[in-house]
Amino acid sequence: MLRHTTTRLLNNISTRNAINRTTIAAALRVIPTRKSLATSATKSKAKHDEDIDDFKLVVHTSADSKPAASKKTAADASSPGSNALKYAYQERSGFGTRPIYLDVQATTPTDPRVLDQMLKFFTGLYGNPHSNTHSYGWETNNEIEKARENVAKVIGANPKEIIFTSGATESNNMALKGVARFYKKTKNHIITTRTEHKCVLEAARAMKNEGYDITFLNVNEQGLIDLKELEKAIRPETCLVSVMAVNNEIGVMQPIKEIGSICRKHKVFFHTDAAQAYGKIPLDVNEMNIDLMSVSSHKIYGPKGVGAIYVRRRPRVRLEPIISGGGQERGLRSGTLSPPLVCGFGEAARLVREEYEADSEHIKKLSKKLTDGLLSIEQTTLNGSPIHHFPGCVNISFAYVEGESLLMALRDIALSSGSACTSASLEPSYVLHALGKDDALAHSSIRFGIGRFTTEEEIDYVIKAIKERVEFLRELSPLWEMVKEGIDLNSIEWSGH
Amino acid sequence: MSTIAALTKPQILNLYRQYIRTAKDFTSYNFREYFLRKARRDFRLYKDQIKTEEDALAKFNMIREELAILKRQSIISEMYTFDKLVVEPIKTPK
Repeated sequence: MLRHTTTRLLNNISTRNAINRTTIAAALRVIPTRKSLATSATKSKAKHDEDIDDFKLVVHTSADSKPAASKKTAADASSPGSNALKYAYQERSGFGTRPIYLDVQATTPTDPRVLDQMLKFFTGLYGNPHSNTHSYGWETNNEIEKARENVAKVIGANPKEIIFTSGATESNNMALKGVARFYKKTKNHIITTRTEHKCVLEAARAMKNEGYDITFLNVNEQGLIDLKELEKAIRPETCLVSVMAVNNEIGVMQPIKEIGSICRKHKVFFHTDAAQAYGKIPLDVNEMNIDLMSVSSHKIYGPKGVGAIYVRRRPRVRLEPIISGGGQERGLRSGTLSPPLVCGFGEAARLVREEYEADSEHIKKLSKKLTDGLLSIEQTTLNGSPIHHFPGCVNISFAYVEGESLLMALRDIALSSGSACTSASLEPSYVLHALGKDDALAHSSIRFGIGRFTTEEEIDYVIKAIKERVEFLRELSPLWEMVKEGIDLNSIEWSGH
Repeated sequence: MSTIAALTKPQILNLYRQYIRTAKDFTSYNFREYFLRKARRDFRLYKDQIKTEEDALAKFNMIREELAILKRQSIISEMYTFDKLVVEPIKTPK
């Protein structure tokens, strides 16, 4: 009965295209959330159950991600400190339980405007974009070409130079393996840096097994490479230089333009992994002499599972495809494109261009607030260069606090101590190691990511929460006590057991 | 020209109010706050920076198109809901 009324309501809404908010709100208000259902279950169980069956409207947060569950295990595990640890979990009655999202380097929420573009491909525009014999194919192909143009515009490229892939990892693999294999008869040397993303490092290692010579450039304590060292490393048989534009862990921006001109001077192809930079810092492939660029959609509020690689046409960069097949995407990446993903990516690219100024200003403002707030805690340092730095990625070390325990105590904020790919292992970040940080400091580092949808209120909450809990964890630490007493920890001779 | 001149103050105010109302319908805290912020920014820009009537109409139509997207998306947001964030007060049902 109720279901019929609402369906009719929704139908009316869509056909007339005039939304009667009060009616739909009234209709939806009847539906309880899972939580309110639990509390009021005893009161009017029968009635509410019926509503739920009708609407299938449930809260889509899975139960085990709730902090309550993890809190219990943490408290169980450390019984003596359990009372004290309870203090570490912020509990504000009358507020929600879902953590604040501050990990936009891992991935970003999909913008509702992007989703709106994508939905039509799931409902009606289902043609294969490579079918050129009927209108179903033409219409999706049109949309894909529009998306390609939007993606190209962000970096000043020609749409023909954009190849859609499954993401930046595939793009990076394609660049390193594809270029090296194509030129293997004459060239066998690749240059990259120690702070690259894992997929570049691993692709380089794979090429090493194929007999290529790889140079890993060191970075200074600021996270920047030395341009003179790069120039010295280039040999006649070097085919590719790969340097990332913005580091995913510390947010350091490499001097891309200078690297580009060095590579052009020596006639070496220049690839940059711009997954974290695309749409966030000004990039122009022609001005910066970039020959190949990897881009990811889900870092710019687009859907996951799609990315692109820019491959220069003049002077032409040749590469051997990794995936062979029907010859789509100039034969460089065969396989049917996914129109919803590609067009979602296109819309996300259009939006980052349109919102560039507003987003940068917002991120800069929040980043300054967060950095100032956290660095006001004693014995904290910002990792990486403060000048050549993308403000949306703030990596801070809290000395004498163990990073993982701080993360455990921060269940109400979604953070990471480094890249999502490496956070499963307990080894300290190799990026911070490359900067010359010791194990202890690398372990106590946390990355804060600020994006389009982060609010000032969230940042205020985070600063307060971190201040409280760093202080709390340091209270527990004997090392901190000694530091407070003015003992130099390096002068202590620890006795062995 | 007559169609352009038809863009009156109440029309703009009406669009602004509708945009704000729709933005508030998002159940996701971050999207809601973002579009409210964007509404304030867009309409301030509209007031301060747009001089010619052509520009005004173009911007007006752009915002109107976005409003249509938000209307659709806010309904979807109401269909797929998640727990509230730790910074969000839980409203007690009336």
